[in-house]
Amino acid sequence: MRGLLSIDAWEEVVVHLLSRPLRTGLTAFSVAWGVFMLILLLAAGDGLEGAMRWNFRDDAINSIWLWTGKTSRPHDGHPVGRRIELNDDDVLLAEALPESGHVTARFIPPSDTRIAYRGRAASFDIRSTHPDHRHIEGTVMETGRFINHRDVAERRKVAVIGRQVAAFLFPEGNPLTAPLGTELRVGGIAFTVVGVFSDDGGEREEQLVYLPITTAQASFGGRDHIDQLMFTVGPPDIDGASLEAADRAVASIRARVAQHHSFHPADRAALRVRDRIHSYGDVQAVFTQLRRFTWIVGLGTVLAAMVGVGNTLLISVKERTRELGLRKALGARRGDIIGMVLQEAFLLTSVAGWMGLLAGIGLVEAARRWLPDNDYLRDPDVDLASVLLAVVALVFTGLVAGLVPALQAAAVPPVVALQDE
Amino acid sequence: MRQERCRVEGVSPVSPGTMIQVRALEKSYPTGSGPLTVLRGLDFHIAAGESVAIVGASGSGKSTLLNVLGLLDAFDSGTYALAGHDTRNLDDATAARMRNELLGFVFQSFHLLGDKDAVDNVALPLFYRNTPRRERRRRAIAMLERVGLADRLDHHPNQLSGGQKQRVAIARALVTEPKVLLADEPTGALDSSTSTEILALLESVVAEGKTLILVTHDLEVAARMQRTIRLHDGRIVSDERRA
Repeated sequence: MRGLLSIDAWEEVVVHLLSRPLRTGLTAFSVAWGVFMLILLLAAGDGLEGAMRWNFRDDAINSIWLWTGKTSRPHDGHPVGRRIELNDDDVLLAEALPESGHVTARFIPPSDTRIAYRGRAASFDIRSTHPDHRHIEGTVMETGRFINHRDVAERRKVAVIGRQVAAFLFPEGNPLTAPLGTELRVGGIAFTVVGVFSDDGGEREEQLVYLPITTAQASFGGRDHIDQLMFTVGPPDIDGASLEAADRAVASIRARVAQHHSFHPADRAALRVRDRIHSYGDVQAVFTQLRRFTWIVGLGTVLAAMVGVGNTLLISVKERTRELGLRKALGARRGDIIGMVLQEAFLLTSVAGWMGLLAGIGLVEAARRWLPDNDYLRDPDVDLASVLLAVVALVFTGLVAGLVPALQAAAVPPVVALQDE
Repeated sequence: MRQERCRVEGVSPVSPGTMIQVRALEKSYPTGSGPLTVLRGLDFHIAAGESVAIVGASGSGKSTLLNVLGLLDAFDSGTYALAGHDTRNLDDATAARMRNELLGFVFQSFHLLGDKDAVDNVALPLFYRNTPRRERRRRAIAMLERVGLADRLDHHPNQLSGGQKQRVAIARALVTEPKVLLADEPTGALDSSTSTEILALLESVVAEGKTLILVTHDLEVAARMQRTIRLHDGRIVSDERRA
């Protein structure tokens, strides 16, 4: 294969390919199309997955959420339909679980509680929580601090407000710094602002005011009542261990809360549980399958293109029997002939493959830039490593596709090829 | 067998001017009804600078002999030395190199590549000996001028007459400065006046010292060679030099 690195040898191949523009063009198109579709499929899968992650972005994925309803089973002499209410003791039960990490409750003051600063007032949602709430909700402190343990222990009248709230109440100053240290009126009671936060969950999650749970319970008639109880289990990623831990934690908290409030431990109407680990894991499993499927379909398309390349080269070799015989008579070795056909395969697949690749990446980039945010596709992208792998596979398959025709070409006996009819 | 081979390798050829030395050459093809023997023990020498016609009826073995001499086909037994090199059991690369360096081929149907113009067709053998491109073109142009086609350099085969095509083919055969020119019915597809021109061209090549072996069934063509070997049924039945 002396010619493999010489420009002359490549020129021979290019000239031959260009001398049959239609056939070369169609074959190149099939390869480019295969790669293009592979890229689009991968990007679409990635975009779907991005949208799924976006929809899960707000809260910690390793969190378990509990809230109550009315009993649906008679238990221990109690009738059906009794309303169950969580209280501070349930927080202690959750903290006592060996599986639990961050633990917090939520107490929601009455919905007509107004928030006012100087002349401006609004009815933003209020959540009163424990300090750990920020880990579960994904609250990001922009300035100041979140609620801390002393706030809760001492029932301090402090408030942490969302960026949107700050922007509304402090239209003149810098909304991140101006509120710090000022006194808001929450339901007529003065609270000092100690921090401003943002939230990955978007604007709605920033139209909130956080208060220490104990202060709110005392100020707004909650006594020891809580509306929701949340805790995390294990590290914030999905593996077999965290799924098992979540199952164990859910079972024990059900049993403990049921015993505490005296309802049937299997009464799912009395205590409702949302386990985000399992929901996320289920969705993720779907996407893992989808990704696998995408690759299979995409590679199938590329493979079909490769069969096309092999076929075209076989026809080409058949058609050039005489020429190949002549080249041998003029001094071409077997290696020269094999090299020539392989170069043709390589050139066809790599040039066309790159074209498909560029077209695919171009379209994906355009989609990233111009496609409006939506629930179905988000940040579609193809990771470079997979793409490079695909290209290497492409070129390799191109060479494999060329191998059979190349060997056939090399086997052409010059005597037969050059026979005059 | 072994002794004969040693003679070729160990001792220099019969005379220093011997270009082709064939001894007890046999070849057969497998067919459905058993092997068909085509060459039955040929013995001859051809000196450098000789012009030799190989004649015979169809099936006499003349084309097979030319293929064997051109290293395009293998033989079964006997010896064939080309320019002093034993040619038995040559590997592919060596055979390709010897074809490229020692031999030039001219065919009845020219076998030019339709994609390429005259210059590129003539330059093709030089491609297989890694001659740089400019040198290839220079030598191809010079050779086309030599065969009288200076005004047809960038013509493609389909723009050339039969005689012009054969001139391009001869230029291609000569561009590597081979020692032996092998021509298989080079005038078979040409009219008589064009044939005469082509034969004159081939004779001028011989006059420069190259060896010409020409297969033909046309006795008028054969008569223009210095020597005529006549084959019949795979055997040499006569070997005559022109007086």
